[in-house]
Amino acid sequence: MSESDFQTQRTAPLRLALIGSPNSGKTTVFNALTGLRARVGNYPGVTVERREGTLRLKSRTAKIIDLPGTYSLDPVSPDEAVVGQVLAGEIPDTPAPEAIVIVADACSLERSMLLVGQILNLGLPTCLVVTMIDELRARKGQLDLERLSAALGIPVTGVIGHRGIGLAALREQLASPETWSSPPVMPPTDQIERAAWADSILQHVVEKRPGTHTVTDWVDRIVLHPVWGVALFGFVMVTFFQLIFSWATPAMDLIDLGVSAASDLSRTLLPAGFLADFVADGLIAGVGSVVIFLPQIVLLFSLLYLLEDVGYMARAAFVVDRAMARVGLEGRAFVALLSSYACAVPGIMATRTVPSPRDRLVTILVAPLMTCSARLPVYTLLVAAFVPARDVFGPIGLQGLVMLALYLVAPLSATAVAAVLRKTVLQGEPMPFVLELPSYRIPGLRLWLSQIWGSAFAFLKRAGTIILLTSMLLWVLLTFPQTTPPSGLSPDEAASYALEHSAAGQAGKAIEPLIAPLGFDWKIGVGLLASLAAREVIVATLAQIYSASDPDASLRTAIRADIRPETGKPLFDPPTVAALLTFFVFALLCTSTLATMARETNSWRWPAFAFGYLLVLAWVAAWGVRQIFIALD
Amino acid sequence: MKTDFNSDSESSACRLSEIRPGSECEVMGVDLGDAAGRRMLDLGFLPGTRVQVLRRAPLGDPSLYALRGFQLCLREADSRHVRVTRKASKEPSR
Repeated sequence: MSESDFQTQRTAPLRLALIGSPNSGKTTVFNALTGLRARVGNYPGVTVERREGTLRLKSRTAKIIDLPGTYSLDPVSPDEAVVGQVLAGEIPDTPAPEAIVIVADACSLERSMLLVGQILNLGLPTCLVVTMIDELRARKGQLDLERLSAALGIPVTGVIGHRGIGLAALREQLASPETWSSPPVMPPTDQIERAAWADSILQHVVEKRPGTHTVTDWVDRIVLHPVWGVALFGFVMVTFFQLIFSWATPAMDLIDLGVSAASDLSRTLLPAGFLADFVADGLIAGVGSVVIFLPQIVLLFSLLYLLEDVGYMARAAFVVDRAMARVGLEGRAFVALLSSYACAVPGIMATRTVPSPRDRLVTILVAPLMTCSARLPVYTLLVAAFVPARDVFGPIGLQGLVMLALYLVAPLSATAVAAVLRKTVLQGEPMPFVLELPSYRIPGLRLWLSQIWGSAFAFLKRAGTIILLTSMLLWVLLTFPQTTPPSGLSPDEAASYALEHSAAGQAGKAIEPLIAPLGFDWKIGVGLLASLAAREVIVATLAQIYSASDPDASLRTAIRADIRPETGKPLFDPPTVAALLTFFVFALLCTSTLATMARETNSWRWPAFAFGYLLVLAWVAAWGVRQIFIALD
Repeated sequence: MKTDFNSDSESSACRLSEIRPGSECEVMGVDLGDAAGRRMLDLGFLPGTRVQVLRRAPLGDPSLYALRGFQLCLREADSRHVRVTRKASKEPSR
């Protein structure tokens, strides 16, 4: 190793910034350069994700920061202002970059030239990466990159990001910004003159403008057709939803079986007592509560990225945007909300497709209102136990109607809440909506798999640890302090006694005054606290409290027979059941969702806000419903 | 509302959002009152730019436009910031 090599090794890493318009292929280039080792955080004060990766070049390392996609350096929102602030070094802990890498799509180069002009005026060493060269060729366009480089006065590299073509040359290029040429004359700063400057360069460079993609043109006649397009959209979304629901179930059942087998095994291996209880019910059950989400997450993202990579997602957003605009959201939020019907955890992760940070935040905050599959066991227990099984219209039963109503309240309340959030907490001038329809393409298998792996890994790493810790903490609260039950109790009664005297049991009693107006007693209170681990846990917890040996038939009988001591009437009277169902419609009783929200917004502020507003909403709605039922009685 | 790049007020002048799908127009100017107007400029809706209206979404909004060799979808609320004049389409819409 020579002396100079040794010195470059020791110097601080080179700081590069990657900038480009949305859909320019910037993220693909970033991932291809850095692998999936990006460090994700937040810029202070805004909900814009900060992504930074390390790039190992031949002679030195570089830190590359992936700036949010932007059409211009003139910001139209505080979120967009971040780009300019990073380039100027105005953000704490983010020193200004030493060199800029602009990413532009070969097929829409004419638009990107305006951004290129703005960036060249900053006077930093700059190079241009032109992506999607393959698509340009497929659309019979021709572009002379050497002439473009000569005209701009900066290095230009063509790449095909998703196939890794041209990346070796780009890496070579990035290693030495000191040697990059700079423009002999700065582009004009006036917008009109800049456009003329761009046009004059493009005249020499664009040998042939890309035509329309024949296949895309042909397919879009059906996909965007007023009738067929809507029908196809409906078909794709129903199938999408159905697959997440039905295909994930066998895998989830298998995980459940595996978890209970593992916990049984640990009980046989370990001496009976506290350690065995902890391993079986705390640790293994906690790991299980993380792994149980993987089938849905993997399935959702397989389908989502497949549709995205093929090019359908943008079309779906185009078709549904009008309906979403009514509630202040946009087309790209639709899939995330639909996915939340299966589970809010992958749903919230799917909001990444929404480019505007504020729209994305609204979507994240209303996603928990969707009727996720964890509410189903709770609804089933209460409806089966307390709603009379009589027919209303012919074969349509009352129980089915109540279930349908519970499912329909979700989108109605979500749209109402979204509209309110837009006018209060997240108000502001709506961002201009810009959507591009990429050409259809056959997705690359490697990219697809790495996207799915990236999502699953992100969930396990960031949300999984929190879910594991909270579910273990809840186990501790439900188990300690341990008391000796009076002799003569059956095992079920002893378990009930232990739960009543645990910390959670005491907490249930402590919160009783708060939930008494809803008709809930301490037993329901304990159930609500336990359901923080996951909503359906309330069923098992109630079973334990009522010493029911199985959470199905005998629990139903036990809760029907429970008498309120003050009145001598049933605890679960119609007003209380209606209030409890309503409470579950709204309340965010799910630490997994909270953990995922924290991971996606990079702060605990928004999950705390969501938990708070949904709790208030749940309490008020449950109280109101109870009053209505009492009045009707 | 502040209006920039004002040019002649021809009788055929109207808003981009009013142009029918399948026809073509030329940008006269952009209303720069708010974020949407400025964004239209960033996107390349500059005076003299030819714009083709390709289609509307099934529910009537947004619409798909072609300009400067690329395509994008805009909502009516944003595209009405662009002032245009109608042009006869020389070639069948692409």
